Amino acid sequence: MSDIHPQAETEVRPLVRLGRFLKDNPVIPLIGLLLILIGVLEVMRPGIISPFWAGNTIKFAIPLAMLAACQVLTMLTGGIDLSAGIVATCAAFVAATLTPLIGAAPAMLVAMAVGAIVGLVNGFGAGIARVHPLIMTLGTGLIATGCLQVYQRYVIATGTDIPGMLEWLGTGRTAGLPNGLFLFVPFAVFVLWLMRYTGFGRLLFALGSNEKAAKLSGVRSWQVLMALYVLSGLIAALTGLLYLGMIRAPSLSLANPLMLPSVAAAVIGGTSIFGGRGSFAGAIVGALILRVIETMLTLARMPEGARIALFGLIILAVTALYVRFTEQR
Amino acid sequence: VRREFRAPNAWTLGLIALFVVLLGVTRLIQPSFGVSGLESLARAALPFAFATAAMTVVVIVGGIDLSVASMMAVCSVTAAVLMQTMGGVPAILITLAVGTLMGLLNGVLIVITRVPDIVVTLAMLFVWEGVALLILNTPGGTATAFLRESIVGSVLIDGLPRALIVMAIIVAVIWVPLRRSKLGLAIYATGSDENAAFRSGVAVGRTKAAAYAVCGLFSAFGGLSLLALTGIGEPVPGPYLLAAVAAVVLGGVVLGGGIGGILGPIIAVFILRIIRTILTLAAVDPNVTTIVEGTIMVGVVMFGAFLMMRGRGPT
Repeated sequence: MSDIHPQAETEVRPLVRLGRFLKDNPVIPLIGLLLILIGVLEVMRPGIISPFWAGNTIKFAIPLAMLAACQVLTMLTGGIDLSAGIVATCAAFVAATLTPLIGAAPAMLVAMAVGAIVGLVNGFGAGIARVHPLIMTLGTGLIATGCLQVYQRYVIATGTDIPGMLEWLGTGRTAGLPNGLFLFVPFAVFVLWLMRYTGFGRLLFALGSNEKAAKLSGVRSWQVLMALYVLSGLIAALTGLLYLGMIRAPSLSLANPLMLPSVAAAVIGGTSIFGGRGSFAGAIVGALILRVIETMLTLARMPEGARIALFGLIILAVTALYVRFTEQR
Repeated sequence: VRREFRAPNAWTLGLIALFVVLLGVTRLIQPSFGVSGLESLARAALPFAFATAAMTVVVIVGGIDLSVASMMAVCSVTAAVLMQTMGGVPAILITLAVGTLMGLLNGVLIVITRVPDIVVTLAMLFVWEGVALLILNTPGGTATAFLRESIVGSVLIDGLPRALIVMAIIVAVIWVPLRRSKLGLAIYATGSDENAAFRSGVAVGRTKAAAYAVCGLFSAFGGLSLLALTGIGEPVPGPYLLAAVAAVVLGGVVLGGGIGGILGPIIAVFILRIIRTILTLAAVDPNVTTIVEGTIMVGVVMFGAFLMMRGRGPT
């Protein structure tokens, strides 16, 4: 703001243009980056790239990309959903413990309901009480963790069972590709359709770009936010169910490690944490990139701490670059 | 300017009254609640109090620091590792320096990148969490005996917990001179209206960075108090972030900056802690206590946001 404008502008213009290009087509440079990373991986460990490896990378990128959908959708309005990881864990745990009691289908329905309830509370906080979504979802995450621990006490004797369908989705392969794609492809089409071709999607973009203008043109922001956070909770619960089928060992922190990478995937994919700009296609590529980076870190024997710190730095660096390139928040 | 200060003072007095009432309730539930109860309350509140003090400074300057709990974890493991090989005093000094540097780095990043505080510190939350794990992968290290003893028992008279006195002295020694200095004025000015402060010649960027550095310093004390409490360094951050935000809001500091002091939030910490004590004494399941506590904290933050939306501070 204190810069001398004319000088700064001539200097920055090509960067701004590049920024706009990246902003409009985040997927193109991202796919390039993904290919470069895969190339580097092949150099690091020749022969690692195989159809099996590709299938495995895709398989573990799927839950990450689904959870990133929560972040993309909420970030469109300038929010974030930090309870998504815990919601996924809760849904998975509830489904696994209820299956022996009430059968697979009702158990999965209850699990989805858990996601909807947490989403409802988030929506109330963010939409009606106007708490910053970051703090609100952090709080509901904390409460949900407490509830999960209390719940665990009651079902400790019932044992767990994983619905066969989830196991098939999570671990099976068809023609070399993971079965999770049977869930993910329709899901991705739905999210892309929702963001691009529906009124709801346009409302999300409108609220994120300029909330005041959106309100003045008659958008009831609280209704939109309420629906948005419920949707985000449902997506998180669905992710939890899929992830349960993949890991096949329900625990009280099953999907929590997915939380940070999901934010990173969304941010890498060109979604602005400040709202108004985002792409789910970018987030999918972002999830793949993160999984490839993870493989590299594992190969380089990087400790867990370095991985977490690196993901944090990626989020910061990408966001800072966007702010620098586009000169807007 | 004078009038602005009267309202928060009334709020602080109200908080003290609430705390006394809650103490009375505790006494009613558990008639044997006495000196040792007060001492353990003060000890348990220590890390929360420092986390809250850290958060207060950055909220007053108009920001927020989500990485407080992670910085505390880094400081706790740093001190625990250092104390294995060197004396307590140099280890503590190094830890305090590390904390201040971490906070300063947060602030500098916010100023340089011009990315909002909430995003930068969210990213740094993970960075510091990773750093803590790099320093110490599993809980370990050791705490010097004098550090652990410094918060046990009472001083002068029974019922005046040593932990409380230590905390009060540290917070006062940092906060009172800061509040009276030019920097303190600049912090309040930046928090109330950044543009106006900039135009009146306040170095806004430097003020923010300094406020984050103070936040880091308080977080370092928080980390040391964690170490003093448990005796080992714990690399996984505790639940201090949300508690600190809730205590800051309950303490009459407005999210958005410029209004409030440090006394209110510290009393708010004790109120939140004693609610936990009451629930525990009432034989509520500890996990249910966590749920109730989380709900109260979210409720408090919602209330604060509601007040901010109305465009006034708590009066």
